[in-house]
Amino acid sequence: MSDTVKNTGLFALVAVLIIWTGYSESWNLALQILNMGLISAIMALGVNLQWGFAGLFNVGVMGFVAVGGLAAVLFSMPPVPEAFWAGGPRALFSLVVGAGVIVAAVMVMKKMAAGRNRNLLVVAILVGGFFLFRALFDPAVDAIEAVNSASTGYMGGLGLPVILAWPLGGVLAAGVAWVIGKTALGLRSDYLAIATLGIAEIIIAVMKNEDWLARGVKNVTGIPRPFITPREIDLQKDPGFVETVTNLGLDPVTASSLYVKLSYTLLFSVVLIILFILAQRALKSPWGRMMRAIRDNEVAAMAMGKNVTKRHLQIFVLGSAICGLAGAMMTTLDGQLTPGTYQPLRFTFLIWVMVIVGGSGSNLGAILGGFLIYFFWIRVEQWGPDLMYFITSGMADDSPLKMHLIDSAAHMRLLTMGLILLLVLRFSPRGLIPEK
Amino acid sequence: MDFLNAIVALSNYVLIPAIAYGSQLALGALGVTLIYGILRFSNFAHGDTMAFGTMVTILFTWWFQSMGINLGPLPTALLALPFGILGTMILVLVTDRMVYRFYRKQKAAPVIFVMVSLGVMFILNGLVRFIIGPGDQRFADGERFIITAREFKHMTGLKEGLALKTTQGITVVTAVLVVIALFWFLNRTRTGKSMRAFSDNEDLALLSGINPERVVVYTWMIVAALITIAGVLYGLDKSFKPFTYFQLLLPIFASAIVGGLGNPIGAIAGGFVIAFSEMTITYAWKKVLIYLMPENLEPSGLVQLLSTDYKFAVSFVILIIVLLFRPTGLFKGKSV
Repeated sequence: MSDTVKNTGLFALVAVLIIWTGYSESWNLALQILNMGLISAIMALGVNLQWGFAGLFNVGVMGFVAVGGLAAVLFSMPPVPEAFWAGGPRALFSLVVGAGVIVAAVMVMKKMAAGRNRNLLVVAILVGGFFLFRALFDPAVDAIEAVNSASTGYMGGLGLPVILAWPLGGVLAAGVAWVIGKTALGLRSDYLAIATLGIAEIIIAVMKNEDWLARGVKNVTGIPRPFITPREIDLQKDPGFVETVTNLGLDPVTASSLYVKLSYTLLFSVVLIILFILAQRALKSPWGRMMRAIRDNEVAAMAMGKNVTKRHLQIFVLGSAICGLAGAMMTTLDGQLTPGTYQPLRFTFLIWVMVIVGGSGSNLGAILGGFLIYFFWIRVEQWGPDLMYFITSGMADDSPLKMHLIDSAAHMRLLTMGLILLLVLRFSPRGLIPEK
Repeated sequence: MDFLNAIVALSNYVLIPAIAYGSQLALGALGVTLIYGILRFSNFAHGDTMAFGTMVTILFTWWFQSMGINLGPLPTALLALPFGILGTMILVLVTDRMVYRFYRKQKAAPVIFVMVSLGVMFILNGLVRFIIGPGDQRFADGERFIITAREFKHMTGLKEGLALKTTQGITVVTAVLVVIALFWFLNRTRTGKSMRAFSDNEDLALLSGINPERVVVYTWMIVAALITIAGVLYGLDKSFKPFTYFQLLLPIFASAIVGGLGNPIGAIAGGFVIAFSEMTITYAWKKVLIYLMPENLEPSGLVQLLSTDYKFAVSFVILIIVLLFRPTGLFKGKSV
């Protein structure tokens, strides 16, 4: 069986699974899985770039996804002028001061001769800078949050079209990745893992607590939609649309939600296809070969005159940017930013399962893994309780064990994901679509 | 100016909680460091193994409580602890046999082990939530305080109270005993010496006839004991929630790395460094400063450097600083 046949078969299998969900459950669910599958595939492409191409172990995917989501709010929400003028310039100025303090400390560190004087000066700059920053920053934040805190309480965004916010989300995530990469790359591989794990938690903590930025756990809702996506309610009021779908034998309410989801599917597919073509070209280019050479033998690549740390930084930033882009897309699809829902198991480790199962180093594999694993992630949550009902059907209805088992069955999906990961690593370590 | 009250307030809110938390982190970090030194990988399933051990202990505690067995003033969980350790030992040995041993035979790269431990983490995470649920569980019973704040005020006549929780006392005493036992084991017994030899130089250890599988089994058993104790102490002191235990991974790893991976003394020092910095940076110093400053200079705000929600950021920043300036940790660790 040639590779093409096998790969087509695998993708056809995913298609059948999704279509079957549409038939047996509802088309809404099928499209929902498809849309999130597209986004997951993009995230998996980003992680595959870092791990498959360059062997970088990034377990902070959640952080970059969240930064992308934040960008969707910051760039696309309408601005809140009163709040901005109440404290915006001051807050931004203090952030600049904060950044300046860090830059000054780094400069002193680099320029002065090593010794006690340098260390004392650096500590003095950092401590003094921290208090200066807090003195400037705190009143500004209070001023911003005081403005109509129930409905806004933040500065709002720039009011740009949301599609523009997607690449900007990638840029923002790339910026964060650059800072992390600059400090943690070049250390041992495990350290990058710990560093990224930590930074992801910190990003989520910042997003939960800095209400002036994006309302924290109060969530930002009503994120604008892309230009081709109407609101369901408008569609239902549009007589032309209602007539068309009634002629097709569909209920206008269902049809409007399907229409909206399909428009997202279209947009996401375009993004995925573009990224896939780019990633494929990168993989086959001299740059891609160099990356794989570095991955397979760093010392040899260094001996050939390749700057390993720089290349690592480059691909780390690129991969994180893709995750950020996917994060912005996901927030747009949800229509809201809810920092409380970012969980490392869902947004970091699940993406890793996708990459490993699909086949690390293969872009097609990452995409397949994205769809397949997301499908199982959603479906197992429903199959778990069903299976439990079946298993416990012999027990008395009011037995506490039965009730506990059925209640807990939803957690079976974590177990299933772990099992899939272990089985693939053991019996097919190169994944479903192995790297050539 | 009132030094005495300031010191009491400081101990009550910062020193005692930090010592207890530091002991818990130190025990956890010892586990990470032992696995790193002997099995040579960073075990991401650490937090969830800890949750598993604590869960088994909680289940036994509940069982004992339902039978009316208790330890009087001490928490019943101490009685259940050996069973929890036993359960965790069985779990890690089964995992090792079914999962890790295959890769050890293949001599797989450390990063593959890390991946595999991710899979184990998922499974344990699901298992714990499946058995006990994702919610908060409290299982501390017995006397709550050794000294309550009111008794202390009464005894000393000071304005500030000093409360010492039973769990804090137990944590410190247990941690000291466990660490003494561990170091005695590593330094004095034959098995402990063979473990250290294996960690220092694998090939040489194999040449001298040390059975690697035996070393690995002992390591897992010790690690299981350490993290179950750490998990139960943390759960008694605060409360048990699977997700919190997963999140403990970060401060525990930070402690182990700050101290120097593979170095047990470093792990203990690292645990306290992380705990004390988290506590001092996220504590609102107003209460202490009020006693120290002249009246007209009293601080108006809370004088909190960072809000408690950023405690992860603290351990993380310390981790980064140590990594940048002393990549092998404060005490010399190893690099693989």
